[in-house]
Amino acid sequence: MSATHTTSRRNFLKLSALTSGGLVLGFNLFGTDAKAKVITPDAPFEGDVVFNSYLSIANDGTITIFSPNPELGQNIMTSFPMIVAEELDADWTKVKVIQAPLDTNKFERQQTGGSGAIPHSWKRLRVAGATAKYMLIQAAAKRWNVEPETCTAENGFVIHAASGNKLSFGELAEDASKIPVPAEVKLKDRKEFKLIGTAIKNVENKNITTGKPLFGLDFYREGMLFAMIQRPPAFGTKIKSVDASAAKVMPGVIDVITFKNNVAVVGKSTWEIMKARKTLKIEYEKDGNIESTADHDKLFVDLLNSGEATLRRKDGDVDAAFKNAAKIIKAEYQCPFIAHSTMEPMNFFAHVKEDGVELVGPTQTPARAREAVSKSLNIPEDKITLQLTRLGGGFGRRLKFDYVTEAAELSGIIKAPVKVIWSKEDDMQGGSYRPAVCYRFEAALDTSGNMIGYKLRGVGINAGNCTREDNFPSGAVDNLLIESIEHVSPITTGAWRAPITNFLAFAEQSFLDEVAASAGKDPVQFRLELLAKAKSNPVGAIKYDISRMETVIKTVAEKSGWGAKKDVAQGFSVYFSHMSYVAQVCEVAIQDSKPVVKKIYAVADCGEVVNLSGARQQVMGAIVDGFGHAMYGKLTFKEGAAEQKNYNNYRLIRMKEIPEIEPHFVDNGIDPTGLGEPALPPTGGAVANAIFKATGKRLRKQPFIEEDVFKTTG
Amino acid sequence: MAIFKIQVNGKEHQADVAADTPLLWVLRDHLGLTGTKYGCGIAQCGACTVHLNGTAVRSCSLPVSAVKSSAVTTIEGLSENGDHPLQLAWDEIDVPQCGYCQAGQIMTAAALLKKNPRPSPEEIITTMHGNICRCCAYHRIREAVTLAGTKTI
Repeated sequence: MSATHTTSRRNFLKLSALTSGGLVLGFNLFGTDAKAKVITPDAPFEGDVVFNSYLSIANDGTITIFSPNPELGQNIMTSFPMIVAEELDADWTKVKVIQAPLDTNKFERQQTGGSGAIPHSWKRLRVAGATAKYMLIQAAAKRWNVEPETCTAENGFVIHAASGNKLSFGELAEDASKIPVPAEVKLKDRKEFKLIGTAIKNVENKNITTGKPLFGLDFYREGMLFAMIQRPPAFGTKIKSVDASAAKVMPGVIDVITFKNNVAVVGKSTWEIMKARKTLKIEYEKDGNIESTADHDKLFVDLLNSGEATLRRKDGDVDAAFKNAAKIIKAEYQCPFIAHSTMEPMNFFAHVKEDGVELVGPTQTPARAREAVSKSLNIPEDKITLQLTRLGGGFGRRLKFDYVTEAAELSGIIKAPVKVIWSKEDDMQGGSYRPAVCYRFEAALDTSGNMIGYKLRGVGINAGNCTREDNFPSGAVDNLLIESIEHVSPITTGAWRAPITNFLAFAEQSFLDEVAASAGKDPVQFRLELLAKAKSNPVGAIKYDISRMETVIKTVAEKSGWGAKKDVAQGFSVYFSHMSYVAQVCEVAIQDSKPVVKKIYAVADCGEVVNLSGARQQVMGAIVDGFGHAMYGKLTFKEGAAEQKNYNNYRLIRMKEIPEIEPHFVDNGIDPTGLGEPALPPTGGAVANAIFKATGKRLRKQPFIEEDVFKTTG
Repeated sequence: MAIFKIQVNGKEHQADVAADTPLLWVLRDHLGLTGTKYGCGIAQCGACTVHLNGTAVRSCSLPVSAVKSSAVTTIEGLSENGDHPLQLAWDEIDVPQCGYCQAGQIMTAAALLKKNPRPSPEEIITTMHGNICRCCAYHRIREAVTLAGTKTI
């Protein structure tokens, strides 16, 4: 895959030598697709402003690469620079990586979400590195008075093999800065990659393992105040009265401020305000529907049966197919709300000053956070700076910026620098949950066991479209109907790692397993037959790549020894989400009369793997995350209030419960298609299908741990 | 409020705080040692783990008044140059994802290795079970503790 990429001189901005003599390249190479299309149907946001990257080379050869996107554990601070360094032929040991602040003039799509960062920036970063390399080579050739074509770059040096001349990037940086920017550059063939595809360690390992202040919660500023906010404990309520007299006289408390639906205790240290907040006497009154989980359970039944649905996709004549069916299979699947429960609670520093606003903290979406603060305070965006800290987890929670705007609003009121800190209880009660959803699937089989009809009706609470109507098996079934119903609730929801598909995939892949069993077909073969049909005789639009899906299915079957093992029961699942394909086989054994998940094989096609170490982390972490939440995750409500408030009764997976995981990647040289989320959706289905194989019991409700199969006593 | 003198990472520090202030917040807000993390505040997640006379404790639930003359060690004081066998193993195995829980994970593991330099796989899992990693980097945490267990004496 060797390619030439055009850069426009007009767009290649600000090439200048620093006073220090180093080379500074300001990149804006990307005018050609500034209006990038929406990356995936699942992507919550899409930037449509111009992207810039930024790199500098110091005289000593140190290469500084600014990493624009928020780092929350997806390892972007390592993989982005790897791509630049690859095309630059830099010496990786001399690369320094720095988190860039929000800068919408320099960078585009400065956000973390939708598994979209690497797909979006892949070519841009490569061109950035290749352009700098071109200029360094030109500078060297000029100095040696040789043809640039006779020079090569390697590991931080430009080399002229014929003469044995060799100069470091650092020595060439200043001269290179005077070379005209090329209109186009040649990118490497993937066979020439030295860094990409290898396992490179997280550039922040040393800082993390020695406890350096990297996170928002670690940010302290001289004179900064601390605040904790009491928000309504139940959704659908608002403040009626506030008695803060006890809190106001407690040690360390500076003030108690009521704004919007918030009562903020402002003080000098975290513990003092935590204690003072407990003494607040606040009365709340009804301000909307007060809902409980029991109401939702009833609602699901009612809406599945008689709710008015939005049509998402219709192919063929579904009524006729079901009328003529030899066999009909029907099943319902349900999941509860779950919290993101990042390890680092929400927090943000804000300082509203006379001449502008300073914001510092962890957010997945800095540009939108700033925009919201600008609107709320009526201060122009160019007067607001936002410095990104490392994020102690995100999982979608920090795509919302409620905790940023409230910090800015509070700072504006108290006219002081303040950091608002949420407790774990605040996080868990504060909304933005994975929505509770219920699905009804129906399949019609003909006498040969072919699926001639397929229906999916989904009901979600603040879930928007809780289906992904164009995903498999759409396109492979002649008669198909997909529709969704949304119940609007005061209980706020948000994107949770692999939004919608984190549960839809489990439901759909379990149901297809039921259909295969009912048709007397092998689950893997059943999928392959459907894909063959979609390929030879497609029905309607097909928005997934059939060949890529077939490849992951066949590969995981081969790697796992599908169907050939006697001591374990195997379950299969495959899912396309965002832009990548992941197939999994789960192995379950019965121990003490209960199913135990022993191992999960995964084959991922995310296109080119940038960092093998980070990629393996994303797959293994996503599988454990998906498995853990399917097994244990549950947030219930009573009269509008979350019943689980902390890890003592909100269970997360821990070390004893993890299965062995064997990840594999398809090596196909396709440009990267993202990996932060796609390995999560298939896991629930693979696990449930393996448990069915082992026990004959279907799991149709999460969390699995509450199902009978785990209650059996030996 | 009272002045509490505590020994942290080999040095004496003092803080003028209420007696019930958890050691966690004394370290973070008063001594500027932010490597010790706040996760749950109820001793369930392990992010705030420090050593008290070499034993792993949850600093979020330990009042500063209970520390008395005990030696407190935080992640900042685990080694002089960040080269404790566990810190090296964490890099070797490339453990961190978001990294927020890792100081607590390392401190839990360090207390285990101090007591038992060659822990069995079961001892490692049982000990590390108390620490949550929301990114689910459990496989590599286990691997890194195992690796460090082959290097300490």
